[in-house]
Amino acid sequence: MLDALLSFLILTGAIFTFIGSLGLVRLRDFYTRLHGPTKATTLGVGSLLIASSLFFSTRGEGVSLHEVLVTLFLFITAPVSAHLLSKAALHLKLHSLAPLPQGERSESSGPNRSTVSQNSERDAQ
Amino acid sequence: MRRWLPHPLIALALAAVWLLLANRFSPGHILLGLVLGVAISRFGARFWLEIPRVHRPLLLLRFIGVVLSDIVVANLAVARRILGSPERLRPVFVRVPLALTSDLAISLLANTICLTPGTVSSRLSPDRAHLLVHALDAADATELAATIKRRYEAPLREIFEP
Repeated sequence: MLDALLSFLILTGAIFTFIGSLGLVRLRDFYTRLHGPTKATTLGVGSLLIASSLFFSTRGEGVSLHEVLVTLFLFITAPVSAHLLSKAALHLKLHSLAPLPQGERSESSGPNRSTVSQNSERDAQ
Repeated sequence: MRRWLPHPLIALALAAVWLLLANRFSPGHILLGLVLGVAISRFGARFWLEIPRVHRPLLLLRFIGVVLSDIVVANLAVARRILGSPERLRPVFVRVPLALTSDLAISLLANTICLTPGTVSSRLSPDRAHLLVHALDAADATELAATIKRRYEAPLREIFEP
């Protein structure tokens, strides 16, 4: 019974982590590619960690809650890195499938990423 | 009391992190964790510019529950869209006007947006009035902004800035 549950969790984790990475290949611009690794991977790693916690807790050596910390740090770091990557992409004016909203600075649309170092001013909030 | 324990919540959180790191819950470790928590929160106090205050702890717990369940939903939704045909996605940028003002509340909102339904927060405007959000697949941009404000920003505002 426990083995079945563990296998289910590990398989689910592996599948979602795989789908997250697959998103890098299948999606078509930088911004949409960001979504795969930040989200699908969270659930994947989450189920793997639950499986790990269950396995080590049921071996008679006391509960194992290391994994809660891993989850916590993952939830703090994954969004921050996604945000920074996305912000850097806006600076570099990478080609985007979605039009930038009116009033945003990098609205000179199109797939040119020529003026890279032009302004790195005021975003040092 | 105030002098020795300026941030009881941070001290408790540090003690909990210590116990999780040690992965043992014996009285000795609990004591060591509490000593570390009190000492670190006391010596680190001068480095924190803004001390966060939780005004509605129960609402915070409920908010965490909502976010956790939304993470599962978001994962399934993004996985389905990746496996479906990427040509039919409708990515958009949305500007979400912010009512939050404190650093902690804004960064929590940005983090929540990144973890939940098909959205990544991209940029905070220099005057902190707008958050630029990229959505993977959204039929209606204004509706999306309204959902973010209602579902995540409103509770955060009640918790940290009543």
